[in-house]
Amino acid sequence: MAKTPKSNGNGKSRRSNMRFSGWRRENGRVGVRNHVLVLPLDDLSNAACESVANNIKGTLAIPHAYGRLQFGEDLETFFRTLIGTGANPNVAACVVIGIEDGWTKRVVDGIKKTGKPVTGFGIEGTGDIMTVAKASRAAKDYLQWASELKQEECDISDLWVSTKCGESDTTTGLASCPTVGNMYDKLIPKGIYGVFGETSEITGGEHLAKARAIDAKVGEKWFKVWKSYQDDVIEAHKTDDLSDSQPTKGNIAGGLTTIEEKALGNLEKIGRKCRYIDVLAPAEAPKKGPGLYYMDTSSAAAECVTLMAAAGYAVHTFPTGQGNIIGNPIVPVIKISGNPRTVRTMSEHIDVDVSGILRRDMTIPEAGDALIDMVMRTADGRLTAAEALGHREYSLTKLYRSA
Amino acid sequence: MAAPQLLVHEKKDTVGVVVVEGLKAGTTMTCVITADNSSFRLTAKMDVPIGHKIALTDIKTGDTVWKYGHDIGKAVADIKKGEHVHVHNLKTKRW
Repeated sequence: MAKTPKSNGNGKSRRSNMRFSGWRRENGRVGVRNHVLVLPLDDLSNAACESVANNIKGTLAIPHAYGRLQFGEDLETFFRTLIGTGANPNVAACVVIGIEDGWTKRVVDGIKKTGKPVTGFGIEGTGDIMTVAKASRAAKDYLQWASELKQEECDISDLWVSTKCGESDTTTGLASCPTVGNMYDKLIPKGIYGVFGETSEITGGEHLAKARAIDAKVGEKWFKVWKSYQDDVIEAHKTDDLSDSQPTKGNIAGGLTTIEEKALGNLEKIGRKCRYIDVLAPAEAPKKGPGLYYMDTSSAAAECVTLMAAAGYAVHTFPTGQGNIIGNPIVPVIKISGNPRTVRTMSEHIDVDVSGILRRDMTIPEAGDALIDMVMRTADGRLTAAEALGHREYSLTKLYRSA
Repeated sequence: MAAPQLLVHEKKDTVGVVVVEGLKAGTTMTCVITADNSSFRLTAKMDVPIGHKIALTDIKTGDTVWKYGHDIGKAVADIKKGEHVHVHNLKTKRW
């Protein structure tokens, strides 16, 4: 039998510098993937989008559950997320299909600001069959156009790298989260954009998170976001307490007992040195230049990664203990685990194995270097475990009930 | 040094984390404090799964439990040195 070449985090680094090949988009941002999206405005348009993606091989439909009768801040978050997804530099071009023309045009116009090719189609008055035919023709043109776009050599400072952990256990606080923290301590000074979030999960470490702001004003802005979630959501809707949900059943199986213990492990992701420079609304693009940002997000993996991707982040680093298997349609999600049982039983999901930290035969700085190497390889085109396994979780954040 | 069975974040902590699979009661563990790489020995009083915590000292009901050098909740039962610490004897003070 032929020997299968392995491509995992333990391989020798093939990289001698911090450069990668990416696609520089019309607005100057650099993408590490070259997707042609078929984006539904609403739940009703999922079928047409999936038909188009089936007709035009190599395009990507991302069906979702919402887009009808939303209003206020919930609607704004929805539009920010949809427009941000199409605007992400990992997307070369985008076809939008909606049930009607008005909101479809709003999404198209939002994406168009990046300068990339985008066209919208409304189904009402046309029907699915004709809409699919017209949208398929546009998608084919975009796909062939995108296939000829050339990559160029880019510096690491062109990368936007997000983070969020999931199915955490005590090993994430000991190994995989500090690995991400070490990466940020090394890469933020090189001029990358970073982001962390998970508002509910900072509970228990809120004093530490507040103290990691660049100044008191940003710290207060952060605290207001955290407190508002406590008062408006948790206190308003809790039944007894958050036990069984924070920590989750999976967290508890992995040995995490309290929300404080979980929060302290979670915050290891922002390292020892870097400070966040601003606090972003869900899916809001950062505006204060390179550095680490905080985004107000849910702690549910797919919702959080979807929001960070919509803010423009191009690569995601995801520490896991018990084995969260999440991916994203447009952003490669790099899995890092230090739990030797998870690395053994779920090896197909793990990109960077840092279980050596627990055996004390790998240091945190060595693990950070291994992760940076995997981030650069991923930016250069290596498919993550989640991409190879077809994980394309796209979950919109809903703030309250639709009208 | 052989791979440790228990890791402790900070000197102040009163619990450590089992980092090997299949730890059996009666095992005298090599324990390492990651903050300064110092080590000590401790005997596990129970079988404890990987990732779960063991008390480094006797802890009384109501005592604060320390990990990462921080308060992670209070004991809701007496816990002996070497015993398993989890949802049955440790709870957040928050809710």
